[in-house]
Amino acid sequence: MTPTTTGRTLDSGEARRRRTEARWRYLADTFTLWRRNRLMVIGTAIILGLILVVLMAPFIAAQDPFEQVLGDRLLAPSAGHLFGTDGLGRDIFARVIYGARVTLTIALLVAAIGTPLGMLIGVVAGYLGGAVDEILMRLADVFLAFPRLILAIAFAAALGPGVENAVLAIAIAHWPSYARLARAETLNVKSNDYIQAMRVLGAGKVRIMASHIAPLCMSSIIVRMSLDMGTIILTAAGLGFLGLGAQPPVPEWGLMVSDGRQYLVDQWWVSTLPGMAILVVVMGFNLLGDGVRDVLDPRQRQA
Amino acid sequence: MVMTFFTSLVVPLDPLASLAGPQAPPETVERLRVLYGFDQPLYVQFGRYLTRLAQGDLGVSFQTSRPVLQDILTYFPATLELATFAIMVGIGIGIPLGVLSAVYKNRAIDQFCRVLSLIGVSTPVFWLGLVLLLVFYFKLGWLPEPGRLDIMLLEPPRVTGVLLVDSALARDWEVFADALKHLVLPASVLGLVGVAGISRITRSSMLEVLSQEYIKTARIKGLGEFLVITRHALRNALVPTVTVVGLTYGLLLEGSVLTETIFSWPGLGRYMATAFLTMDLNAIVGGTMFVALTFCIVNLAVDLAYAFLNPKITYTEP
Amino acid sequence: MRTGAGVADEALLDVRDLSVEFPTLRGTIHALQGVTFRLQRRETLGLAGETGCGKSVTALAVLRLISAPGRIRSGRIRFEGRDLLAASETEMRGIRGSQISMILQEPKMSLNPVIRVGDQVAETLLVHDRTLSRRAAREQAAAMLATLGIPDPRQIVRRYPHELSGGMAQRVMIGMMLVTRPKLLIADEPTSALDVTIQAQILELMKALTREIQTAVLLITHDLGVMAETCDRVAVMYAGRVVEQGPVVRVLKNPQHPYTQGLLKTIPNEAATDAPLFSIRGQVPSLLQPVIGCAFAPRCHQVMEACRHAAPPSYRMESDHQAACFLHRDRWPHG
Repeated sequence: MTPTTTGRTLDSGEARRRRTEARWRYLADTFTLWRRNRLMVIGTAIILGLILVVLMAPFIAAQDPFEQVLGDRLLAPSAGHLFGTDGLGRDIFARVIYGARVTLTIALLVAAIGTPLGMLIGVVAGYLGGAVDEILMRLADVFLAFPRLILAIAFAAALGPGVENAVLAIAIAHWPSYARLARAETLNVKSNDYIQAMRVLGAGKVRIMASHIAPLCMSSIIVRMSLDMGTIILTAAGLGFLGLGAQPPVPEWGLMVSDGRQYLVDQWWVSTLPGMAILVVVMGFNLLGDGVRDVLDPRQRQA
Repeated sequence: MVMTFFTSLVVPLDPLASLAGPQAPPETVERLRVLYGFDQPLYVQFGRYLTRLAQGDLGVSFQTSRPVLQDILTYFPATLELATFAIMVGIGIGIPLGVLSAVYKNRAIDQFCRVLSLIGVSTPVFWLGLVLLLVFYFKLGWLPEPGRLDIMLLEPPRVTGVLLVDSALARDWEVFADALKHLVLPASVLGLVGVAGISRITRSSMLEVLSQEYIKTARIKGLGEFLVITRHALRNALVPTVTVVGLTYGLLLEGSVLTETIFSWPGLGRYMATAFLTMDLNAIVGGTMFVALTFCIVNLAVDLAYAFLNPKITYTEP
Repeated sequence: MRTGAGVADEALLDVRDLSVEFPTLRGTIHALQGVTFRLQRRETLGLAGETGCGKSVTALAVLRLISAPGRIRSGRIRFEGRDLLAASETEMRGIRGSQISMILQEPKMSLNPVIRVGDQVAETLLVHDRTLSRRAAREQAAAMLATLGIPDPRQIVRRYPHELSGGMAQRVMIGMMLVTRPKLLIADEPTSALDVTIQAQILELMKALTREIQTAVLLITHDLGVMAETCDRVAVMYAGRVVEQGPVVRVLKNPQHPYTQGLLKTIPNEAATDAPLFSIRGQVPSLLQPVIGCAFAPRCHQVMEACRHAAPPSYRMESDHQAACFLHRDRWPHG
């Protein structure tokens, strides 16, 4: 595992050099493992493709995703409109491309808010134990008593429509499982000699939790998170579909599928294509997540 | 439960305002407030809710103007029917696939199953429903329209609320067959999500079991591979699968919200979806609680089934 | 405990030059490199050696239960004159459990935890005799348990494996494998997982039962004491080869291979309580490479130049005592 930097480097240059060497070796091994796993490569490719699309959106999409050309409503896919047009004459291809931005933004925001929150609560609960632990975990349990999507829908409904609220809602539904995980890891690690040593040396609770325990939980949290990304995106799309997430005219994929419902019979592309985008992206994240899990899992699977 | 109530009340800034519409004049909002008792301090409201709850009163739904409890009881059986069928699909396809995947590890069928599983987990439920509807109903006409029953047919007298049971009881086979046909598509969509999870756990559980010593013993006795798998391995491997089936139920409850919306299935999921959109507080609170309760009951049932299947748990070691 | 005179045609089990390999990611493991031994009817042959020397693999090979990607690369296995390596899978299934049986080391793990113990014993009968009724099979199973010294067999028959003690479970295993009166019983470390007091009981039981049913036994063990007690002949294995075999008394009293000699020296001497414990220097070779020359050469204190270049054949000495060591090159013929 990657050694953690504690800010307390040994003075000898030799030690520093050895550490760097070990890190390079770890990275090299990781890279070899990555390359071997075909599915992981595909997953990474998809995600890199996604990132590329997100960054290069204005250059890839020839049309403006918001521009309504009512004369061109519901055109089938063609050279001019790769994915056809929707009910308001907007180019679907452009909307899908720009929709990638929306999707990725939502996913990253949820991860950025929910995961650290969950981790914080989990580590604190695990380390401090006692009443704090009880209360925090009860809280998490309440949240966990509901299926995730339903919880997210509930909060989204309560908060009102809109992307920001959707992000918040999903993040709220998201943190409890991370809290659980972080807490479990903390409990595992808490009685480590290494931690005891820190306490003897007089390190304060906060310092211990932040610089020592937290990094040790990192790897399982990262694994869980990469596996969860797919679910987050599906939840966000679900909210969009139900009308609780992004609102028109934002080109969110779930919302687009919902819009296309009324035209399903004859103009199938309006609903189908954005949904396909969701499928591809979620699959990419799932593959990536599986790969990350295989790589970080100390028991490397043998064929 | 406490959380649900507070969440619905405390978090939204002013649910009544959004209920009455942004254009409503302030007086209307005020009046609604008084009518629903929102002007009382929070603990009074909660207290009142609890007392009413104890009496089995979940309040009246805003949108249907009927008691929420009644609504729930009306719509729940439909969801139950759907979910049960979906689980059957999940088990019926998932377990064999998982077993085959494990037995022929790393060969063609294993790869195929893993890919299928991956796709199953990555597919947005609502999209899949639309696509299948498009293909099987609109284009091919093999399966009937969204909804539970043909509009022309009459529902049988309501005993349980589960169409299949009621029509069987009433010996109305035409309705039975039609209801079955209507179930196929939504149950398949919902079930496919479960297939992925179930096949995955069956596979890993099976792999674990197959490496155990007692499987070697069975082979030493001269048992053919088929018997080894079905008689010795499967019984042990299915134990963790049961737990996953329970978890899948939770997924199904979620998925039902989306699936029912697409297929116009008059179940709890659709009821909830509409409730959320219209900010029907009582319905939201009542419905969510009911869902949570069902979830808990299912988990409990799974625990019991687990104890039943695994003799080790019921006896104490000598 | 009479030994057969070693006439080739009468051997119950004739293993010749058996080689088994297991391909893995790191390379191929050559688990067995030319194993040769013979087992007569009603004889108990001990297969001794350290962990990893290939004893269990040999047993699995005889039953043709080496699972892919492992495979039997070459050699010959004859059972009652019949070539087991050429037999079809169906034929093998007929043999397994009815002609040749095997009991494993950990009895509680070797029994299916969700099936009642009596049914598991009865199963062996039912698999090989289609005409037998379930009830009759159960009766026989209960009778077998009684013979094994299990108290109250009618009750035990309904129990699950985890409810039994280690000794009881092993008795059930033995019952399960002997109920069909096989010609050969392979016992892979049958007592290693049991308490010392129970060990003696189980060994006694096995001896009595196999004598009564006239079953030959291939006893795999790393415990030289157990071997001395129960076996007629013994074959010592090292790194996938048989290095010495012969009547048990001869081999233990007068070992002819440096490895066997070393093994016997490691047994602590009760009298000399101050003396340091002896261990053979060096380590067991990795089986990833097929060994050139004698596998024991790097550790042998009597090693010669020839040992490094060719694997020594087995030299036959008196009374069917053989040792694969060049030390005997000049005195004895090899076969």
